[in-house]
Amino acid sequence: MSNPETYSAHPDHVLHHFSDSEQQFTSAKLGMWIFLLTEVLFFGGLFCAYAVYRYMHPEMFYNVHKLLDVNLGALNTVVLITSSLTMALSIRSMQLGNKKQTLILLFSTLLLAAVFLVVKYMEYSHKFHLGQLPGKWYTFDGAEGENPHLFFSVYFAMTGLHGIHVIAGIIAITWMIIRTFRNHFSANYYTPIEVTGLYWHLVDLVWIFLFPLLYLIG
Amino acid sequence: MAESNISHHHIVPLKIYLAVAAALLVLTAITVAVSFVHLGSLNIVIALLIAGIKASLVLLFFMHLRYEWNMNAVTLMVAVVFLVIFITFTMFDIAERGDTSPEMRNSINKNAAIYDASGKPLKATEHGEHADSAAAGAQHEEPVAAPDSSGH
Repeated sequence: MSNPETYSAHPDHVLHHFSDSEQQFTSAKLGMWIFLLTEVLFFGGLFCAYAVYRYMHPEMFYNVHKLLDVNLGALNTVVLITSSLTMALSIRSMQLGNKKQTLILLFSTLLLAAVFLVVKYMEYSHKFHLGQLPGKWYTFDGAEGENPHLFFSVYFAMTGLHGIHVIAGIIAITWMIIRTFRNHFSANYYTPIEVTGLYWHLVDLVWIFLFPLLYLIG
Repeated sequence: MAESNISHHHIVPLKIYLAVAAALLVLTAITVAVSFVHLGSLNIVIALLIAGIKASLVLLFFMHLRYEWNMNAVTLMVAVVFLVIFITFTMFDIAERGDTSPEMRNSINKNAAIYDASGKPLKATEHGEHADSAAAGAQHEEPVAAPDSSGH
């Protein structure tokens, strides 16, 4: 079960300032969690702006949120949850030393991320077409309530920042596919995929809150 | 497959990953269904509660917090605690500051009422160049929308 060489010897993947593979793995993950901490606070500012504007304009938020398509939002939620599953399973496959399965699962994650962006693109282009845009670009006149452009300012800021994170995730996962293909990883060293997985799950976590707050105002 | 080909880290069983994903999808369906039932202010509470459960499942199983060193969970909780402080205190401010806009439009001096000895309001509430317009109409109580000259 355990593999004594990885603890005692100094394998190629262990950098010289780490005492062993395990310490390197734990340190890399803690570093990623600290980065995720800053990400939570980064998105937190926008969640705070959401809370303030929704408190100030509760009826407008309720009326204007109906302009969003719940079906597309729910579809994207399912897509992201499934991509989180394939990401977690790709790490599991590498833990079991199965390179081919890891590649298939990482590629599935990439594909689902692309599907998410295509759906988001459809939603965005529809809103651009109708003038449901933030601030001074708002030209739509079918919404009830005062200052409907505020809802779209919040909507585009939050989903836009999230979308940028999805694109960053696609780049990171592509990089992991290339490195897996080049045999950089094994059951004893898969830290970069693990850390990419943590990032990808955070992107999923943000969407888990964005979806009900933007699409499902009761 | 040789023994060294398997990681010495905790490998989560496939069944658990699939069960968590299924639970996440079921909870998504529930949160969509509940949003179409009007429960007043309870809607947002339920929506956030379900989102919280979904987030916990992702954190504990997909992100392995259930199986590993506590320091990672502590790091996350630091972010969450400060985020809650940030949003809660901002909302205290937003909720308690009242409608500041009348004071922003008209200076406090112009709105201050001054009463004479018998209790009747006098209209001599403005300073400087607005004194004459105040004297002109006693029943014209509307404050004049003019640039603030009192340095407020």
